[in-house]
Amino acid sequence: MTVESPGTGAQAPTEPADTRQVIRPYGDTTGDGMVQMSFTLPVPAGKRAEAAALQLAGKMGLDPASVVHAKPMGPDFTFFIVYGKVRHLIDYASIPVPEERAYPLLSSQEVNLAIRRTLNRRLVVVGACIGTDAHTVGIDAILNVKGFAGEKGLEYYREIQVVNMGAQVTVAELVERAKAENADAVLVSQVVTQRNAHLHNTKQMAAAFHAEYPTAVAGGMGRPLLVVGGPRFDTVTEADLGVDRIFGKGTTPAEVASYLVHALLPGQNGDTGDTGEIGEDDDE
Amino acid sequence: MGPQGKLDLDPEVVRTARRLAARAAEPIIRMARSHTTVSVERALLRLAGLTGADDEGRPWVNHLADTVRDQVGLEHGVALPVWDALLTGPHGSLRDLAEAAARGRASFRLPSGTDAAHARKAAGEAARGGMGRIDRRRAERDRLLAELPTPDMAGPPRPLVYLIVATGDIYEDIPQAQAAAREGADVVAVIRSTGQSLLDFVPEGATREGYAGTYATRENFRLMRSALDEVSRELGRYVRLTNYASGLCMPEIATLAGLERLDMMLNDCMYGIIFRDINPRRTFIDQRFSRQIHARAGIVINTGEDNYLTTADAVDAAHTVIVSQLLNERFGHEAGLADAQLGLGHAFEINPAVPESFRLELAHAQLVRELFPGAPLKYMPPTKHMTGNIFAGYLLDAFFNLAGVLTGQSIILIGMMTEGIHTPWLSDRDLALENVRYVRDACGNLAEDFMPRPDGMLVQRAKRVLSESVELLERIEGDGLLTAIAEGTFGVTRRPPDGGKGLDGVVPRADGYFNPAIEILDTEDPHAAARAATDQEVPA
Repeated sequence: MTVESPGTGAQAPTEPADTRQVIRPYGDTTGDGMVQMSFTLPVPAGKRAEAAALQLAGKMGLDPASVVHAKPMGPDFTFFIVYGKVRHLIDYASIPVPEERAYPLLSSQEVNLAIRRTLNRRLVVVGACIGTDAHTVGIDAILNVKGFAGEKGLEYYREIQVVNMGAQVTVAELVERAKAENADAVLVSQVVTQRNAHLHNTKQMAAAFHAEYPTAVAGGMGRPLLVVGGPRFDTVTEADLGVDRIFGKGTTPAEVASYLVHALLPGQNGDTGDTGEIGEDDDE
Repeated sequence: MGPQGKLDLDPEVVRTARRLAARAAEPIIRMARSHTTVSVERALLRLAGLTGADDEGRPWVNHLADTVRDQVGLEHGVALPVWDALLTGPHGSLRDLAEAAARGRASFRLPSGTDAAHARKAAGEAARGGMGRIDRRRAERDRLLAELPTPDMAGPPRPLVYLIVATGDIYEDIPQAQAAAREGADVVAVIRSTGQSLLDFVPEGATREGYAGTYATRENFRLMRSALDEVSRELGRYVRLTNYASGLCMPEIATLAGLERLDMMLNDCMYGIIFRDINPRRTFIDQRFSRQIHARAGIVINTGEDNYLTTADAVDAAHTVIVSQLLNERFGHEAGLADAQLGLGHAFEINPAVPESFRLELAHAQLVRELFPGAPLKYMPPTKHMTGNIFAGYLLDAFFNLAGVLTGQSIILIGMMTEGIHTPWLSDRDLALENVRYVRDACGNLAEDFMPRPDGMLVQRAKRVLSESVELLERIEGDGLLTAIAEGTFGVTRRPPDGGKGLDGVVPRADGYFNPAIEILDTEDPHAAARAATDQEVPA
């Protein structure tokens, strides 16, 4: 099949399709630029409302556009489904390939073995939902034996000692418990949020740990590794929050366990590690 | 023929299941009857009319109960010390007394002899006054339901459409709830601010800020109920209001719900323990009182078994749902709730990738329907397998609606195709209602044609879930319910009896414990007043 990239005919013929330079949405023909969208306008249904919907589509770059469905929702609102053609071009080659996971995914046996070989004691993980968030579904998915997506949680790993503090834990309680348990890693989940509470809570948590361990060099070196998870962290980086790692929606327990091995026990998962020696705080 | 008997369940097995549930519940009920909690005592004060909070939002009922606790303890109840102080001290009202207590200017004692008799009488009258108000609110609801009939009163009854609003701002919730009612909602639930379940006080006043929900306060209850009364009259159909009697203040919130004529309350026997890590003893003690109030107030409770399936696998754990429903039923009956007040919960949460998942869902839903023929079952839509693919989600919700219609569910919580993405948009709700309307109208009375093949896969599956439930109940009855909860039987979460929040608010009752609300609730038929009231209405 011949693949035509609008706007450029200068593709190297040997180049695989997915590295072609310029792309557009695909409806049923290459380069047709067709997209679908739906939205609600706060006006009564009718011809004027449809004209408004078309104008919005035009301003969004859909040209031509057609309203295929308009439905009144009560006296004051209209719901639209609109199809249209976009002329925007995406230079696919200029889009950097997102970083792959920088560590291999390990089985629970491999994780247990790595911990046993290096630490000679169990790896201690303290988990909590902090702030007002009462939804333990995230932290439980990672920590509870039952786990998530068919994978057993960290409680199931023989060499990991899990302390699940549950919901609405204050930052002070978390720091205190992490110290008392000599935690290697602290896992914090933030599921439900409003007005960016999850970001404030996480920053506050990170600051408290940095203050509590002033001489720490890095996560696992003088302080626990700080790991945060939740569905609403996709707009921020680890550096923004002061944590070592952010996990998003759909993260499985094995991904977290593999990361802990990678970050805390370098050299144990085949890579050379970038954090040097195992931190002193691991000595009891 | 009705929905019963399609599965040909062995009545002896069903009786065994109920008998085991009753035995498993017995020690818990004994504990609930021999203990009180800070929130049970505060509920009495609320029933007696004490409202309001100090400048920092700390309710007067908390000030008063805490001061009594510090000075004389709670093991005899707050009633005697409080009404003794009112009768013998300089304080003009409960509010004056509470304010004095907050300032450290009130002193309490446990009265004896004639003083005790006087205090007992005054406290009794105060509780009776509050109970009378709850009775009147119930009669008011009965009147409105007769005037403005709802789909569950049609013949054949149609499921109630249950929708959620959750903005955090009661003044934003009100127009949304009214819009939802106009769009077809028969029941509006105002989701509570996350975290309220762990507050050991009930916030006061109208609130405009919450986290993923709106605080449950008496004033918010009143505002929303009155807004829904307005739209009910406009639509000629009574729109029910739901909130949450769960968490650390279950007894107080139940009381406020009764006083402000809420119609349904989320009130599960184990939800707070498992999903909010509230102490199991505290939960069961608070729960008994809250259910007695709900029984009296004519409120339908909604239980939360659907939640187990969000943490556990919906096929493997199907029997834990049945076990929990049987326990909820037993605890509910013991507290005086009628079958028609038991909105037992379950959910459509089987992974759609499982072969014959819909057949399994039908088996589970039909089983619940037949086990609890008189209960207004609450059927919850898929959440766990809503992936962000809104198109596939819309299809899954349609199958959920179909299962609900085929198996005669009573309260259908409307699934949103954007579940797990954001709180519902106006258009999400509208599309969801279009979905349920299509399925309901297209099916009509299809339920009467739905006759599972005798001994076919569906019937076998239902029987197997029931027999697994009996096995689990045998184990629970043997080990004790608190042990079963500690071992992670429900929702795969372990909760030891002495762990969790709120245990410090549990107090064993001493000899001579006195709480006039409990006295009324323990000795009177909760439905008698309502029956008498409606009997009087008839000739008028």
